[in-house]
Amino acid sequence: MKNFLKYREIWLLAGIVVLIGLISTRFPGFADPANLRQVFNDTSILMILALGQMAVILTRSIDLSMASNLCFTGMVVAMLNAAHPAIPIPVLIVIALAVGLVLGAINGFLVWRLNIPSIVVTLGTLTIYRGATFVVSGGAWVNADQMSPDFINFQRAAFLGIPVLSWIAIIVIALFFLVMTRTAIGRSIYAIGVNPTASVYAGIDVGRTKFIVFCISGMIGGLAGYLWISRYVIASVEVANGYELNIIAACVIGGISIAGGIGSVGGAVLGALFLGIISNALPVINISPFWQMAISGSAIILAVVLNARGERRQGRIILRKAEAA
Amino acid sequence: MNDTPAPRHIPDRLDKPLSSAIFSWEALLVVIAVVIFAVNSFASPYFLDPWSLSDLTFNFTEKGLIALAMALLIISGEIDLSVAAIVALASTMMGMAVQAGAGTPVLVAIGVVVGLGCGAFNGLLVTRLGLPSIVVTIGTMSLFRGIAFIILGDQAYKGYPESFAFFGQGYVWWVFSFELALFLVAALIYWFVLHRTSFGRQVFAIGNNPVACQFSGVRVNRIKFILFCLTGLMSGIASVLITSRLGSTRPSIAQGYELEAITMVVLGGVSILGGAGSILGVVLAAFIMGLVTFGLGLLNVPGIVMSIFIGLLLIIVIALPIVWRRLREGRFA
Repeated sequence: MKNFLKYREIWLLAGIVVLIGLISTRFPGFADPANLRQVFNDTSILMILALGQMAVILTRSIDLSMASNLCFTGMVVAMLNAAHPAIPIPVLIVIALAVGLVLGAINGFLVWRLNIPSIVVTLGTLTIYRGATFVVSGGAWVNADQMSPDFINFQRAAFLGIPVLSWIAIIVIALFFLVMTRTAIGRSIYAIGVNPTASVYAGIDVGRTKFIVFCISGMIGGLAGYLWISRYVIASVEVANGYELNIIAACVIGGISIAGGIGSVGGAVLGALFLGIISNALPVINISPFWQMAISGSAIILAVVLNARGERRQGRIILRKAEAA
Repeated sequence: MNDTPAPRHIPDRLDKPLSSAIFSWEALLVVIAVVIFAVNSFASPYFLDPWSLSDLTFNFTEKGLIALAMALLIISGEIDLSVAAIVALASTMMGMAVQAGAGTPVLVAIGVVVGLGCGAFNGLLVTRLGLPSIVVTIGTMSLFRGIAFIILGDQAYKGYPESFAFFGQGYVWWVFSFELALFLVAALIYWFVLHRTSFGRQVFAIGNNPVACQFSGVRVNRIKFILFCLTGLMSGIASVLITSRLGSTRPSIAQGYELEAITMVVLGGVSILGGAGSILGVVLAAFIMGLVTFGLGLLNVPGIVMSIFIGLLLIIVIALPIVWRRLREGRFA
């Protein structure tokens, strides 16, 4: 039981249950399974983005360009669909994954081969990818009436009573769980974050692993690009502007340490769900949506304070004493 | 941010002053600035006009003021992503004061004090609780701007007094705006503090090795706290300038400024890993970013396309010395 309580995911889950309970006192229908399914569906995109970001953060890097990647890939896919409605949706999804992969590989290459800190690289590509969206679209929007019905309805189709969008999230979560906990690359990602120097001696190619991680986050950004555009049925340069910080916020709330090496798939999913529940709940309990930003900001600060207590390592204690003296 | 630092090479002897000056980062920035300046003057007949050049400076003075303090913070190994949100909150508070009938001096005081307070809040969280600054300031970024949204919603504050307009629209002498003068004075002060005082040396030392500093008697946490306060203060000052220039406050004011200020700092040669950098570099980088955006603006290039150039500039300028070193090492190895 004591071991069980050590997992921060349990605490986060408890927090979410309490949160749902609190919301239910004001709006009894919120805890309804049908509504919770809806919340899960609404949060699907944020969840898969948070998983991609998690893989990057675990290796002590950061990917600030995910939202711009999403915007660019979404625009490319939407324009393709508008120009050639005959292209089947699975092919479009593969194209989205491929475009995202290329954008992620550019980040990864700069981090791997030129050793530029990832925050600098992705700060640059954050503006470049969004600017490139403007260049390919000429500043024009792709509206709902230009998209084919298949493009819009694919993710809304229900399979076993659950929308395809939710299924995609479930599949991505399962894949990440398998890769992070059951494969060599997953273990390498954790190892690099915990101790990069020891990882080199253990035979892990740190640079190459970081490259792979950026490819993963790029593919996730691309996939999310299609899902986002077909969900909100508009593609413009402004899509998901500033969303990169929401993604990181979901990771932080989910207990993923920005210092690398600590975090889990469950944490990232729960962190995203926490934010999703707040944004879904505010309108139904009659709180102005303008409160959302301040609430999630407070949640981030609270989460990082709580996480820091768990992360404090034994080896640091001597230094803490010296600092206090 | 947390990438593995490259192994440090300690040379047998230092470079000769002249050669180190020629191959310095600042020299590279000067060359880039001159090239962009020349290209701009050829590309547009309107560029080489004193008033055009004066307008140009408004593109970077506000972000530049924030970048000066941000440079010190990044050199010390921390970062503040909440600066733009501080600008928004300080501007909102000034807007509230205007509705209550406050005069210009009170408005300025409110802007500056709110900025300082926000900076101190960041500093306390980072130094007292030992939290990573990148996460803390992502949180406070949402919190500060969130408060501005709660207060303002989709409304805007207007009706700033006429005397208040001087800070963002006034000119000190001929084409030299108050904003530019303030930026240059602030740059001088920050240059002096960083490069000519023991405080500045301690900032560099902390960035290189905070643990060694701790054991050498440097009050690491106190200095970091001061740096966060300074960054907040400069954001408050920038907020006064922006609010005065625009004459209105919306909660989305200064959106995205944090990334532009950080781009300036990194472009200016400050190591994002901490421990290295110079104020001269940051000032040059501010000028370059102003030149690029203004020059492209004269050519009717939309703002979003300009951001491609800024992003490319950032990556290329950082990558160039690395590629150059690789080539040289490859040849002499």
